[in-house]
Amino acid sequence: MEDLKSFLIEKVLLFESDTLSSDTEKVLGQVRREKPAQPVVYLSSGTSSLIAGSARTYSAIENYISENALEAKLISVGCTGPANFEPLVCVHIPGKNKLFFRNITEEKVEPLLNGVFHNDINEDDLAGQTGTKGFELWPGIPFMDEHPFFSNQKRVVLGNCGCYDPESIEEYIARGGYRSYVKAIRHYTYDEVCDIIEKSGLRGRSGGGYLTGLKWKHALNTNANARYLICNAKESDPGAFTDRTILESDPHRLLEGIAIGAYAIGASNAIIFIRSGSDHARNRLQRAIDSAREFGLFGHDIFSSGYNLDIVIKKEPGAFVCGEETALINTLEGKRGMPQLKPPYPTTAGLFGKPTVINNVETLMNVPLIMQNGPEWFRSLGTENSPGTKVFAVAGKGRMSGVVEVEMGTSIRTILEDIADGIREGKDFKAIQLGGASGSFITSEHLDLTIDFDELRENGIGMGAGGFVIIDENTCMVDLVRYYMEFIRNESCGKCIPCREGTGRMLEILESVIRKPLNEESGTTLERFKGVMQLETIASVMKDTSLCGLGQTAPNPFMSALKNFRDEFEEHIFDRKCRANICRGLRSFSIDVEKCTGCTACASKCPVNAIYGTRLQPFFIVEDKCIGCGICFDICKFSAITVK
Amino acid sequence: MSTDLDTIIKKYKQGKREDLIPLLQEIQEDQGFLSEEAIVKTGTFLGLSTTKIYGLATFYDKFRFIPAGKIQIKICHGTSCFLNGSQSIINRIKEETGINPGQTTRDGNFSYEIVSCMGGCNNGPVITVNGEFHSHVKAEQLPELIKKLKYVIDND
Ligand SMILES: Cc1cc2nc3c(=O)[nH]c(=O)nc-3n(C[C@H](O)[C@H](O)[C@H](O)COP(=O)(O)O)c2cc1C
Ligand code: SF4
Ligand code: SF4
Ligand code: FES
Repeated sequence: MEDLKSFLIEKVLLFESDTLSSDTEKVLGQVRREKPAQPVVYLSSGTSSLIAGSARTYSAIENYISENALEAKLISVGCTGPANFEPLVCVHIPGKNKLFFRNITEEKVEPLLNGVFHNDINEDDLAGQTGTKGFELWPGIPFMDEHPFFSNQKRVVLGNCGCYDPESIEEYIARGGYRSYVKAIRHYTYDEVCDIIEKSGLRGRSGGGYLTGLKWKHALNTNANARYLICNAKESDPGAFTDRTILESDPHRLLEGIAIGAYAIGASNAIIFIRSGSDHARNRLQRAIDSAREFGLFGHDIFSSGYNLDIVIKKEPGAFVCGEETALINTLEGKRGMPQLKPPYPTTAGLFGKPTVINNVETLMNVPLIMQNGPEWFRSLGTENSPGTKVFAVAGKGRMSGVVEVEMGTSIRTILEDIADGIREGKDFKAIQLGGASGSFITSEHLDLTIDFDELRENGIGMGAGGFVIIDENTCMVDLVRYYMEFIRNESCGKCIPCREGTGRMLEILESVIRKPLNEESGTTLERFKGVMQLETIASVMKDTSLCGLGQTAPNPFMSALKNFRDEFEEHIFDRKCRANICRGLRSFSIDVEKCTGCTACASKCPVNAIYGTRLQPFFIVEDKCIGCGICFDICKFSAITVK
Repeated sequence: MSTDLDTIIKKYKQGKREDLIPLLQEIQEDQGFLSEEAIVKTGTFLGLSTTKIYGLATFYDKFRFIPAGKIQIKICHGTSCFLNGSQSIINRIKEETGINPGQTTRDGNFSYEIVSCMGGCNNGPVITVNGEFHSHVKAEQLPELIKKLKYVIDND
């Protein structure tokens, strides 16, 4: 191991020419296990596969190998993307193409490996094979990269994810890693690095789309005796998991991006601000930092370049708003994570009053690639004003889901229809929600818009950080919007009145829309409708007068749903109908006398005692008392409870 | 409880304001919650008033001032899990345990917490019970699950 380390440092990292000698390449090929002499089994090991049971799959494979005394290796890799294939197992038999198998839970391990090693493969588990030159083809098995989930993607930022062992710095270096960084600190000035990034046109991937190179220059050109680079890995939008997947799958490239960014702005300290709860990601990242330090990549006078760098991880203490940059800085300083008025921008006076650059995880992931391939290469991807790619967490009701990367300029329809393969269970498409709790809805008329900062903005849609939630006809839009509003109301820091009171009032109006009026004649319907009419005013005041992005964008889901799904709001208000049968207050339950056995289960669980009856006789529900909680419906073993 | 409070505090030699959150986090990780003693000691060490520390700690969601239950449930309430029914799981846990998120039942057995997106959206709703994942959870499974867990606690 020690030998390999000094080899990698001397023959790769510090090697002056861009092309390595063929002997070196040979060793690197071995580290990458390109032509293994023995079978290698790869298993995805991100959170999403852990949830699908990959830890048990791992032990089962380990046991299989030892029980059969096989000369085979088992390697944990990051996440390849398709969440519904998890746990994803890849088997590489020497000389042949790699084979991918999906949903390999522990009990499937033995038959699977028996099959693979005896050339009797169960087609049901197969996801596909890779097509690598010089390797034997498996006849009749489709290629993985021709699967529509992959063929419509452009995996650049995610290029390493799922391919290598995220805990092996050797493998990362063998894949070309850390060379750009070492070259930058030894041969480029700060300005040169900033220039390259500016020329590439890279824009911040957390949604705002500010030019990264320009941001770096602001910080570099501010006089100070210390500077900071902060990687924002807070990612707390409900339903977002791209940054975390990256941290778990390719921590070293992120570290390289951070290191290059820190160098470019002349900072000796970098901080990764990570979401609490992402323990798996944090552990992997910490291990990556430790091994990079052992390789001498961080520390004092790195490779005699005169540059010093220290990278630390700080765990976020739990507030959505502390992902906002000024709030983030307050949190790091040990204060309440409340946003502050800008200017001054963090690039002038940030952490401890020093110039500070805050960048999103995905933004920084692009940096080593741009340094390696040049700004022109980056500009050749994507569109004129939005070069590069964008990563999304495709979730919700699509047939395929997972972490997806597309070239900018790809249409939303491609992601929905080709990559996600349309809607599950033959249901109808309703909307896509881009951009988390403060994003807006995209309906069928907007599906041909493309992923591009400016095109989306012109159509009133924010790019968002990476949430791409597919919504089908079974979703009640009013309830979904209420959910987002409740989330934001809970997360408002309360510093400014328009946000604090506005989110509260909006939630109140929404709750009244989905509640059944106590008495039909009281004019509450009109009151509720009036509430809805006030919304536009509240929204515009919030947008104009809130201090930070949270308050400014909080009305988005609501306003965009009202615009696109007004009929559903009206149905709730006037007809007291929730077509998706979701809203508790509008559901009415009754008991089918034919099916009811009088078992009393429902009556004993009803929280408001709305169910009456005599044991072993059919029970009945008193409609006026029922609050529509649905417990009786869930609990009845005889399907005797009906919902309307 | 494992490490002594003073041992943890001593690690933060310089005792600066920016150490406050990491210090509280470390105490909580070790002891499970922030006791009055922990807050007083931290205050003395950093030269901050206890009200300041309480004010800060209550601003953030992840700090707790009572011990978590023996069985700690985390419910994902991210968008995907919500679309797949996490709301009814939260409602049901609330009804079964009679407590709100962040609280602990009086017998010290249960506590639960709501989090947003655990990263297993495809298998939602997702919950964790003492760190172990359960996917595709249905509200009607909960009474049974809780009963089983109670049994485990009682026979521990
Ligand atoms: C309420 C709020 C929450 C935010 N949360 C995050 C977050 O979780 N992750 C993130 O990268 N940026 C978040 N941002 C954006 C950051 O403030 C900042 O603009 C970003 O990290 C800059 O990175 P970029 O230039 O690389 O896009 C949030 C902004 C607001 C207003
Ligand atoms: S807009 Fe909301 S979250 Fe932002 S500072 Fe004001 S109150 Fe706090
Ligand atoms: S829906 Fe809830 S409140 Fe209504 S009868 Fe059933 S258990 Fe009782
Ligand atoms: S929303 Fe629950 S795991 Fe993502």
